[in-house]
Amino acid sequence: MRPIATTRSAAGMPTGLLAVWWVIASEIVIFGGLLGSYIMYRLAHDAFAAAAAHTNTAIGATNTLVLLTSSLFAVLGHQAAEQGNGPKAGRYLLATFGGAMTFLIIKSFEWTHEIREGFTISSSGFWSFYYTAAGLHALHVIAGGVIMLFVAKDAFRNRELHRVELIGIYWHFVDIVWIFLFPLLYIAK
Amino acid sequence: MSEHAETEHHINYVRVWAYLVVLLAISVAGPMLGHKVVTLITAFGIAVVKAVMVARNFMHINLARRYVTYLMMTMLVFMLLFFAGVSPDVMKLTGHNWIKPAWIEANAAADAAAAHGEAAHE
Repeated sequence: MRPIATTRSAAGMPTGLLAVWWVIASEIVIFGGLLGSYIMYRLAHDAFAAAAAHTNTAIGATNTLVLLTSSLFAVLGHQAAEQGNGPKAGRYLLATFGGAMTFLIIKSFEWTHEIREGFTISSSGFWSFYYTAAGLHALHVIAGGVIMLFVAKDAFRNRELHRVELIGIYWHFVDIVWIFLFPLLYIAK
Repeated sequence: MSEHAETEHHINYVRVWAYLVVLLAISVAGPMLGHKVVTLITAFGIAVVKAVMVARNFMHINLARRYVTYLMMTMLVFMLLFFAGVSPDVMKLTGHNWIKPAWIEANAAADAAAAHGEAAHE
């Protein structure tokens, strides 16, 4: 028996695809509220700019490049899945997972350095937003990476290839969130 | 699987990625000029361009049902409503029948420190 996520199309698209778009719609409000609040405080307090001067732009830019590249792998995996080439899609998903891990490793080194410098989540308003926003985003990276492994496992066996597109859409959204976090936390100093 | 596979395959994904990397380089280099307007445009203007490129070319939102775009736009409008409703409370020091004494004191202290610094400099 096939799941309804694949077979039912009451809204003009497979239910699984609709669910992913719905998740993203709710995520826009979550991250939007967080980033909107950050912008309010950033505009109202010059101290935020002074605190932001301590973030490392090179590390932020490197992580942006890593996520953009992982998004490329994700969409190439989707393309391979469309062509019915499950093993190729699986390999691209593993490459995307590699991007997720690289991002998290870089982030962990960055945070370790910042905490050693004395910048913790309770240091100031800026650092509270910094760790909350980047931390929430990192949780999404971890969740996406784990799901990607499950999807890749099936893709290698040419099973459930539609899921490659679904996890890809989620991953691109994670990429878009970082695209906005990067200038807010690393460039606007 | 997507019903728009044929259309999707016309997109050169590597080229899109290359454009995104070039835009990233510009957004990093822009603030080095030290001009506030240039920084705003290169940092946040380019962020919007990059997000649209990812949504269109990688997420294929333009190939999805039209209501998906409407759904996303609705969420963005909610975000703007939230911003418009809350920002006066956050960004202003006083309003109708309320003030923020701690913020006013902090600002006064910062102004005094700045004035003291300028006087010492002279």
